[in-house]
Amino acid sequence: MTTPSAAPAEDAPARLPGSLNTNRRLSQWLRFTREGTVEVSSGKVEIGQGILTALAQIAADELDVDLSRVRMVRANTASSPNEAVTSGSQSIQESGSALRHACAEARAIYLAAAAQRLGVAVETLSIEDGTISGPHNLHTSYWELADDGLLNREATASVPPKAPHERRVAGASTSRTDIPDKVFGRPRFIHDLVLPQMLHGRILRPPAPGARLAALEEGSVASMPGVVAVVRDGDFVGVVAESEAAALAALARLRRAATWRQVSALPEEAGLAEWMKRQPVETTVVAQRAAPAPADVSRTVRRCYSRPYLAHASIGPSCAVAQWTDGGLKVWTHSQGIFNLRADLAVALGVRPEFIVVEHVEGAGCYGHNGADDAAFDAVLLARSAGGRPVRVQWSREDELAWSPVGAAMAIELEADLDAKGEILAWRCQVWSNGHTSRPGRAKTPTLLAAAHRSPPAEALLPINPPLASGGGAERNAVPLYAVPALKVVNHRLMVMPIRTSALRSLGAHANVFAIESLMDELASDRGEDPLAFRLRHLSDPRAKDVLEAAARRAGWSSRRKREGVGFGIGFARYKNAGAYCAVVAEIEAERDIRVRRLVAAVDAGEIINPDGVANQIEGGAIQATSWTIKEAVRFNDTRITSDTWESYPILTFSEVPSVEVEILARPKERALGAGEAAQGPTAAAIGNALYDALGVRVRDLPLTAERILAAMG
Amino acid sequence: MAQSIRLTVNGVERVVDGDPATPLLGVLRGTLGLMATRFGCGINQCGACNVIVDGAAVAACDTPLWSVAGKSITTLEGLGRPEAPHPLQAAFIAEQAMQCGYCVSGVVMSAAALIMRNPDPSEAEVRAALDRNLCRCGAHNRMVRAVLRAAREGRAA
Repeated sequence: MTTPSAAPAEDAPARLPGSLNTNRRLSQWLRFTREGTVEVSSGKVEIGQGILTALAQIAADELDVDLSRVRMVRANTASSPNEAVTSGSQSIQESGSALRHACAEARAIYLAAAAQRLGVAVETLSIEDGTISGPHNLHTSYWELADDGLLNREATASVPPKAPHERRVAGASTSRTDIPDKVFGRPRFIHDLVLPQMLHGRILRPPAPGARLAALEEGSVASMPGVVAVVRDGDFVGVVAESEAAALAALARLRRAATWRQVSALPEEAGLAEWMKRQPVETTVVAQRAAPAPADVSRTVRRCYSRPYLAHASIGPSCAVAQWTDGGLKVWTHSQGIFNLRADLAVALGVRPEFIVVEHVEGAGCYGHNGADDAAFDAVLLARSAGGRPVRVQWSREDELAWSPVGAAMAIELEADLDAKGEILAWRCQVWSNGHTSRPGRAKTPTLLAAAHRSPPAEALLPINPPLASGGGAERNAVPLYAVPALKVVNHRLMVMPIRTSALRSLGAHANVFAIESLMDELASDRGEDPLAFRLRHLSDPRAKDVLEAAARRAGWSSRRKREGVGFGIGFARYKNAGAYCAVVAEIEAERDIRVRRLVAAVDAGEIINPDGVANQIEGGAIQATSWTIKEAVRFNDTRITSDTWESYPILTFSEVPSVEVEILARPKERALGAGEAAQGPTAAAIGNALYDALGVRVRDLPLTAERILAAMG
Repeated sequence: MAQSIRLTVNGVERVVDGDPATPLLGVLRGTLGLMATRFGCGINQCGACNVIVDGAAVAACDTPLWSVAGKSITTLEGLGRPEAPHPLQAAFIAEQAMQCGYCVSGVVMSAAALIMRNPDPSEAEVRAALDRNLCRCGAHNRMVRAVLRAAREGRAA
């Protein structure tokens, strides 16, 4: 057993694993209690992906305690490690590796304390479920030794975590710890939070973004029974009441009492892709490689692909609770980034960040930057007029579908230069899209929805793309993994934002992979070559080939038969070109529209902490991507989003959902890679390619609707 | 306007004073403090607030209080308890049949109504019965497996 060495000199802090590097005190990550539990803190939050279970598994393994002793502390800005945002499939990499090292070091520190207490050598001790045993029946435990002072020190990461074969809990499909509450209906979601003296708030949304409040006859509302306050700040209007029913009644009357001046600002939905190409843009070269030798171009294939704006469309509309007291502001939120939200709140309110404590409470499924942060700011603005009482704001379905940020629309042009045999000589890609993130906490200007409605309104910030080192945004996965002699990939970021966009699961990867894999498929079939074989001979990474072959084998790719109205398609990507590998084979039936019958996915996400958790993420991602691919588009007219109900924004239903099989390739010695977003692009591509296999037509604009299929069939 | 309305919730008779037009969902979550039934859309399009009224799955969000006077309502809390789970609850745990779980209360209630009228449903019948319940995380197939398992185990019991 290695003894932890002293903390490194302050002028040259050593780089520590994952988020340990920026949250270096061991006590930020864990503490033992006298009651026989270990409290584990992470800055990453549960968004329906089962991350807290996976992190608890890692801690249980390194500490040698039963999983049931691990208590995951609700992330909050007062005490949790600051791990920025739970996004980008980074939680296992960032939080998992930090916890693994912190727990290994904590275990060593407690072993040393036990050795001292028992008067024996550290080497003679062993730990089982927290009980530390030595020779001659000597024993103590974490719980007996529990002393917060022991871990109040800088991590050194000098204690190596267990080797993969020594892990007992991580790597196994343990039951998720949050599921019992959810099947027995115990309060767990933020929607269920009830605080003493809590009031209820609702926001009067403008009829469209950009509409200005011309007049508000609010007098009659303030005197309604149960109404505590009508809050107006510029174009931001809300009501606070004693009950939800009173708040809703007041909101209905406020709606009638308001007169708005509308503006027309949105482009035509039908010509969106072409409209984007005409806008002012900021252009960056993402990748460029010249051919090693000149070659004769026989022909050039140019293809245009697009996807519409996509809604997060969580089943639970956003919700938040806020309370202002003399001591400070407390906010309960299902935000993915509690520290970032706090930063934006502080800027918007002109207070110090330390004045605000933001605490995470689980929300419904989160697939990116949705309305959670906006709802929190709504609650904060209303709570200021609530005399110290907490105010709960519940968004409506219409709010959720029409006022949350949406995933950016994209237009993609691909060109391939081919030689006389149809082999690729050069590959060029241009992407037009808004930036893919407007997350809070990034600038001096808040990006929260209500900030644009208050007086004076916050300047609307254009969304940005995360740096390429983190996978990029619109350009995510725009560079093909396939070997091509010459390459140029260009990203055009729109300098206008007709509809508010931000991060949606997989960012640009969904449409970029759809485009690349569609063209690869087309080039293969033009040559009369099997699309799988064509892909394999353009790949050098054995892990990439393995997932393609595994998916094909499981799906019966080589023995598939041509049948009327049935198609098979394949799609592949390595997420961010640096994350999890995923290949999907789709089997569909197609006549006038598409019915996806079966999806077979193979995934390599490196070391797996919870195999069933990974399978669940791939399964869910594939089903959600199927819904995006064949059904979904945010609808809008010249002023606003009109798809604000489930009728106007339909998603895949139980009878439309395909069977999904997931094969996980075991790579216990490889770095753990997030799996949550890996299936989005490959699934879309596999369905598009299966459509071609079934009907002989290529539809390059998403979603693949009956109208578009008919149009393509001429 | 307010009236006293008598109804049975999870086997217990309750008297609720309120506007008869109030949606049942608000009464369950607010007045009665039963949080399992979830708000999703407010217009009976997503199934998140499904409860069982006299044997049938109905959306509590657009069911006015007056319409359930004298009727018997079951919510997820009334289906089973950890010590004595309903077969559906046990099966949803066994199949790890969710991601975020927000839609699960409504799905389980739709499934419970199905199994009451058809103890041996086919997979297609389960999917049809759940078609008005939306799930965004893509846990559909796990939930279908859980319902089929619960039906099987319910018949065996």
